[in-house]
Amino acid sequence: MAPARVWAFVLAAIAAWTVAGILLAAPSFPALTGRVVDQANVLDAAHRARLETKLADLENKNGTQLVVVTLSSLQGYDIADFGYQLGRQWGIGQAGKNNGALLIVAPAERKVRIEVGYGLEGMLTDAVSRLIIDNAILPRFRAGDFPGGVERGVDDIVQALSGDADDFKKRAAERGARPSGVQGLSSFAIAFIVLAIWIFLFVRASQRRGLAARRRSGWLWGPAGGTWSSGGWNSGGWSSGSGSDGGFSGGGGSFGGGGSSGSW
Amino acid sequence: MQRLRLSVLLVSFGLLLSACGVNTIPTLEEQAKAAWSQVQNQYQRRAELIPNLVETVRGYARQERDVLTQVTEARAKATQIQVNADQLTDPEAIRRFQEAQQQLSGALGRLIAVSEAYPDLKSNQNFLALQSQLEGTENRIAVARRDYIQAVQAYNTETRTFPGVLWAKFYGAKPMATFTTTEENQRPPQVKF
Repeated sequence: MAPARVWAFVLAAIAAWTVAGILLAAPSFPALTGRVVDQANVLDAAHRARLETKLADLENKNGTQLVVVTLSSLQGYDIADFGYQLGRQWGIGQAGKNNGALLIVAPAERKVRIEVGYGLEGMLTDAVSRLIIDNAILPRFRAGDFPGGVERGVDDIVQALSGDADDFKKRAAERGARPSGVQGLSSFAIAFIVLAIWIFLFVRASQRRGLAARRRSGWLWGPAGGTWSSGGWNSGGWSSGSGSDGGFSGGGGSFGGGGSSGSW
Repeated sequence: MQRLRLSVLLVSFGLLLSACGVNTIPTLEEQAKAAWSQVQNQYQRRAELIPNLVETVRGYARQERDVLTQVTEARAKATQIQVNADQLTDPEAIRRFQEAQQQLSGALGRLIAVSEAYPDLKSNQNFLALQSQLEGTENRIAVARRDYIQAVQAYNTETRTFPGVLWAKFYGAKPMATFTTTEENQRPPQVKF
């Protein structure tokens, strides 16, 4: 084979490689700078701070990672398509539990989405996500009130993720459907049982405290110690990321397209 | 001493083997199979939503009998065609599966389109919930399909490139089939209102 041929072959191979790379290319994602990533610049500092607190509280409570992100552009992707890839890229939620969720706002495309990690699909169902978007977020976005819509949306998502979706069901009932008394009762009962187990575990854990080095306590929330008393959440074993001190990082959770979208 | 030397030899042989990819093909194969079961799960989930949806629509739009029957029939057909993980090397099986599911997608799209004409139905709480679930499921199907396509791509590439191609001969690994994605069927049926 003449050298020229060889070169042609090599160049063709490189070209094919590049083309394949472009075809498989994912959208370019903003950096995960915190629990609120305001790329589109629609939230002011005070709002951001307030949201950060709420989101951190949620994670402290039950380990769920919720992140608010506003995007300056969807880069031609559908918001659902963009959303799950962003969630995977950031790894929101803990690995294995996949308990992460995103509230995504794309003001330029007038789209909003709640992207729900695998592990939260039972609590923050598609229907609940839709209700939150329709009732809490869209009316405010339509009026141009982004911070208000985001904040109410976050409040409602936090509520749903805290195991209390009664409000939405009540609101749904107001729109003319069945009452939800039984469901309300059962979720109360579940909350009570969970609390009882939690207290039990806590008591046991504190009895055993100091006996063994708890290497694997990372995934047991609260009672088992480890991350329990250390001030900053990320200083514990939760987030796998290279968390710069005090910073926030995803724990390696994954997404499978759950959630709901809306536009205004 | 003899035993020590033997075990050192065995361990280094094992390391050598794993370094040259003895595990790669089985690993990728399992990943692709897992991705496939996710695909089937999501289609299954859609199939389970349908009876409820059909009932709800029937309550408000009894006269749309044709569309309702079409959906029910397409669902019955689609749930009959299952592809288990061992059949993934058979493109024909995948094609049949895809075709049945596509027919169901089409019928569902028509169902959603006709429900447009019934304001009472559109504001029915149950319908709204079902509709958002259907939308979410279509979305999950799209994600699962894409994950499967990627997993198969990784597997097929490994079995065709060096050194995987040697191991592929050893394992008798056949290429796996994947979806034929045309622009049209990549798009889930429109269930937006």
